Amino acid sequence: MKDHFTMDSPQPRLLDETKQGVIGTPMDRPDGPRKVSGTADYTADHAPDGMAHGVLVRATIARGRITGMDRDTVLGIDGVIDVITDPRMIRNPAQGMAGSAPVQTGDEVHYHGQPIALVVAETFEAARDAAQRLTVHYHAEAAAVSPETTPDTETDDPVTAGDFDSSWSAAEVQIDRAYTTPSQAAAAMEPHAAIADWQGDHVTLRSALQMVRFNKAELADTLGIDPSKVRILAPFVGGGFGSKLGLGPEAAAAAIAAQKLGRPVRVVMTRQTVFDTVLRRSETAQRVRLGATKDGRITAISHDDRVSNIDGEGFAEPVSQASQFLYGADGLSFTQTVARIAATPAGSVRAPGEAVGMLAFEAAIDELADALGMDPLELRLKNLPEKHPIDGRPYSARRLADCLTEGAARFGWADRWQAGTRREGDWLIGIGMASAARSNMLVKSSARVRLTGDQAIVETDMTDIGTGTYAILAQITAEMLGLPAANVTVRLGDSDLPGASGSGGSFGANSAGSAVFLAARKLRAEIAERLGCDAEGLTLQNGQARGDNREAALTELVSEEILAEATIQKGKTAKSHFSSGFGAHFAEVAVNEWTGEIRVRRMLGVMSMGRILNEKTARSQALGGMIWGIGAALTEEMQSDPRDGHIVTRDLANYHVPAHADVPGDMQVVFLEERDDWANPIQTKGIGELGISGAGAAVINAISHATSKRAYDYPVLPDRMVALLEG
Amino acid sequence: MRPFDYHRAETFDDVTSGQIIAGGTNLLDLMKIQVMTPEALVDITRLEGLSAIVPEGDGLRIGALVTNSALAYDPLVRAGWPLLSRAILAGASAQIRNKATTGGNLLQRTRCPYFYDTSQPCNKRTPGAGCAAIGGGGRMLALFGTSDHCLAAHPSDMAVALTALGAEVEIHGANGTRRVPLQDLYVPPADRPDRETILETGDLITAVILPAPKSGSRQGYRKVRDRASYAFALVSVAGAVTMEGGTITDVSLAFGSVAPKPWTIPEVEQMLLGQPASDDLFRRAADLLAPDPAPHPETEYKRALLRRTFVATMRQLTGLADTTGTDIARAEA
Repeated sequence: MKDHFTMDSPQPRLLDETKQGVIGTPMDRPDGPRKVSGTADYTADHAPDGMAHGVLVRATIARGRITGMDRDTVLGIDGVIDVITDPRMIRNPAQGMAGSAPVQTGDEVHYHGQPIALVVAETFEAARDAAQRLTVHYHAEAAAVSPETTPDTETDDPVTAGDFDSSWSAAEVQIDRAYTTPSQAAAAMEPHAAIADWQGDHVTLRSALQMVRFNKAELADTLGIDPSKVRILAPFVGGGFGSKLGLGPEAAAAAIAAQKLGRPVRVVMTRQTVFDTVLRRSETAQRVRLGATKDGRITAISHDDRVSNIDGEGFAEPVSQASQFLYGADGLSFTQTVARIAATPAGSVRAPGEAVGMLAFEAAIDELADALGMDPLELRLKNLPEKHPIDGRPYSARRLADCLTEGAARFGWADRWQAGTRREGDWLIGIGMASAARSNMLVKSSARVRLTGDQAIVETDMTDIGTGTYAILAQITAEMLGLPAANVTVRLGDSDLPGASGSGGSFGANSAGSAVFLAARKLRAEIAERLGCDAEGLTLQNGQARGDNREAALTELVSEEILAEATIQKGKTAKSHFSSGFGAHFAEVAVNEWTGEIRVRRMLGVMSMGRILNEKTARSQALGGMIWGIGAALTEEMQSDPRDGHIVTRDLANYHVPAHADVPGDMQVVFLEERDDWANPIQTKGIGELGISGAGAAVINAISHATSKRAYDYPVLPDRMVALLEG
Repeated sequence: MRPFDYHRAETFDDVTSGQIIAGGTNLLDLMKIQVMTPEALVDITRLEGLSAIVPEGDGLRIGALVTNSALAYDPLVRAGWPLLSRAILAGASAQIRNKATTGGNLLQRTRCPYFYDTSQPCNKRTPGAGCAAIGGGGRMLALFGTSDHCLAAHPSDMAVALTALGAEVEIHGANGTRRVPLQDLYVPPADRPDRETILETGDLITAVILPAPKSGSRQGYRKVRDRASYAFALVSVAGAVTMEGGTITDVSLAFGSVAPKPWTIPEVEQMLLGQPASDDLFRRAADLLAPDPAPHPETEYKRALLRRTFVATMRQLTGLADTTGTDIARAEA
């Protein structure tokens, strides 16, 4: 049975009718025990017989050409097998959903830290020693490494609606502010890793990757072989956050080395290499202009930005993405400039765009409220547009106003005091809020569900990067087929299985979940036919099928395996309606008036993100996002050298993600009930990125409330806060 | 990591030549990235007599192998030298503190990122190679005591508290055992920043000696950093102050992450001694704290931050400010 479904129209809310009662529940993830007992097999846990160890060698100039390597000196190190260079090696990881090889540079160097060779040895330590000691000779060239000063920039045509210039100049109240955010790292717990093993002309690659279907095509294109000769395995991935969307240099190098040496090769990046070469989130320079009438109607919105990337990468951090649809105005204008620099390439990191764009935009909204003498909550509520301000599409489902008011009630927003007037000892106390938004997507995705008696198996190349895919696909299948979730086995992360969307852009649960849903719906139809009832009248619960006054156990009806495969792709609803998750973040902070230290004391996120498939994993996603928001506002900053652009903060002791002590005990997440009928047949929205979108801005706005000072350069590290306090 | 020989010393006489390893919390990191490439490690963790905290006169003798955790939670230390407990617990993580030792903490290397990156020239790694931090990124570098060859700061929290408390270091060497003030353990970077201490080949730190407690003093360690935990200090202030009727009768201070060693500025203490505590006094004393200009443009902020942190700490130590919710403590006899 095959179903190829295009999302052209809303579908019945079947998951609200089914009787198993497992969908939406806070079910523990079935893979949890394996993860906490060390038996979940992450890539680097494997060591096939005869495996050699590879360590990447990095370039130590910003731009130029390699003229030689003193291979002989390191080939003499005990255990070193080879120093491999190859024109097929890749400069940097593929961008998400590229499906083709990244830039292959041969002997050219495009940035400091670029992988330029692989040392292979019998032990990891020998390989690392040799990689460290390999002397490389270069012909160095001048390189622009600063986005501020590079002469090489590209500016897109502005995205506009109405006439911004006239709306702006006519505005009774104006806010015009510049903001900066630094480069950020995904900083996934599991370093990037790959093991390649050839059998004849077929290669099997185990790698920490988020998008197996695309990664298979990327590896085939990188190696110049047919995709049918590539198998990718990624059953467990230790965090991705965008950094494992695309095939990485470690995977290409492992495959090339394994082919050359005729034995399996494992390449695990050191943490320093992860910082050097994995795609960073671009730093941004932003300018927000807001115009309004004196009574608080926003009339003009402009959000311009400058981001950076290396030559040859099409990705540009979509900074103003959410600014284009959160609030309405008579005139809107958004212009992006990309600065080309010779530095670690930029790509998708959790909530590309919103994560940094909303920091600035929602801070500017707050400043506009101040200028108007309005409550920032009221200003937001007053300016929610009826339809998408740029393209005029209706919103599919939007409970932003409910999120704002519900959050305000729960947080105690009405008790807000005058800015800069509350202190506890040396600490100044303030509260702040911000809207949350992250646009929602559906990506082509396939899945197969097999049912034998009351046992089901789900098969798809979808990944679980720590998000809970194993749990939610089991829940969808169990709910649809009337089985306890424990009766469902989920197989993921194998490119021999039906190709899914992969994990990225918060679309994984929507897309892969819908494919599983549709396959299970097919099976329901088959079960109904066997039982002799209409599919609509079929009830499945605890392995029993009922309908039309008939009842039978699945073990009788399905004594031999039946299977269904389904593919979903987006259709007319994507054009007719605009779908996005929405929410509201609230934060309370304390700012030390002497040292500029900032502590978040409590945080609340109220979110409407469609149907919740698993209340526990969804909550974890939202909390994780909010903690990233704290990091973006207060701690996370990649620093690079002003001369050669190399990353200076190359480990987790110097790149500061929030520590436990930075996260308040009082972190609350509330989901408002919602179904998005226009999004997909299971009425869900993406949840992985909404938590971060706007969260940092609530912290930023709370700082302003506490101190009556506004920060425009993020994160607000103690030195930046002290400068404001001194000023 | 390079291959190395490993020798576990059973007795003092058995301490062969090589790189001493105790907790290894800093050394192993540096060996993995080959900033340090010793050919031989000598493990001293089995040496007897170095793991105890015992009274010595009115003071305390802390064996060099006492872990940071054991020291921080020791009842005698918490009662008499609470500053030391506070400083240790402000550093690293519980796991690292369980492993790191008293002697090793004093000898930890700078966290200057250019020292950690072997693609960058560093006079501390290779004398004469040059200093990439000059002209590079430098938020964590020092304010005081630098040279044209090195701007690196000493990262320890514990050593800052020990300096304020007037601790001495006991060194076992070829010519017997000697004691030096902790301040004198470290040597200025000058043109040989690779040489960080007075220790000679064969020397071993065997203990740290605390003098008698400053009974009745209020003590605190104020560490300002980029996140609430598990980060090195931007600046820190260790202080112990005794007051009589609103007047400062005893004060000792040390400043962390602002110099190649825990830094002291005797003029500050002299200005404070015998004076009634006041905001004005602290502001004037704070003016003695900052060089002009900072040796690296990116550490310019540390001048204001150190001044402010000093004033805030003094206000708490002298009772001008509320200390509710802080970890300011009073030393008991």
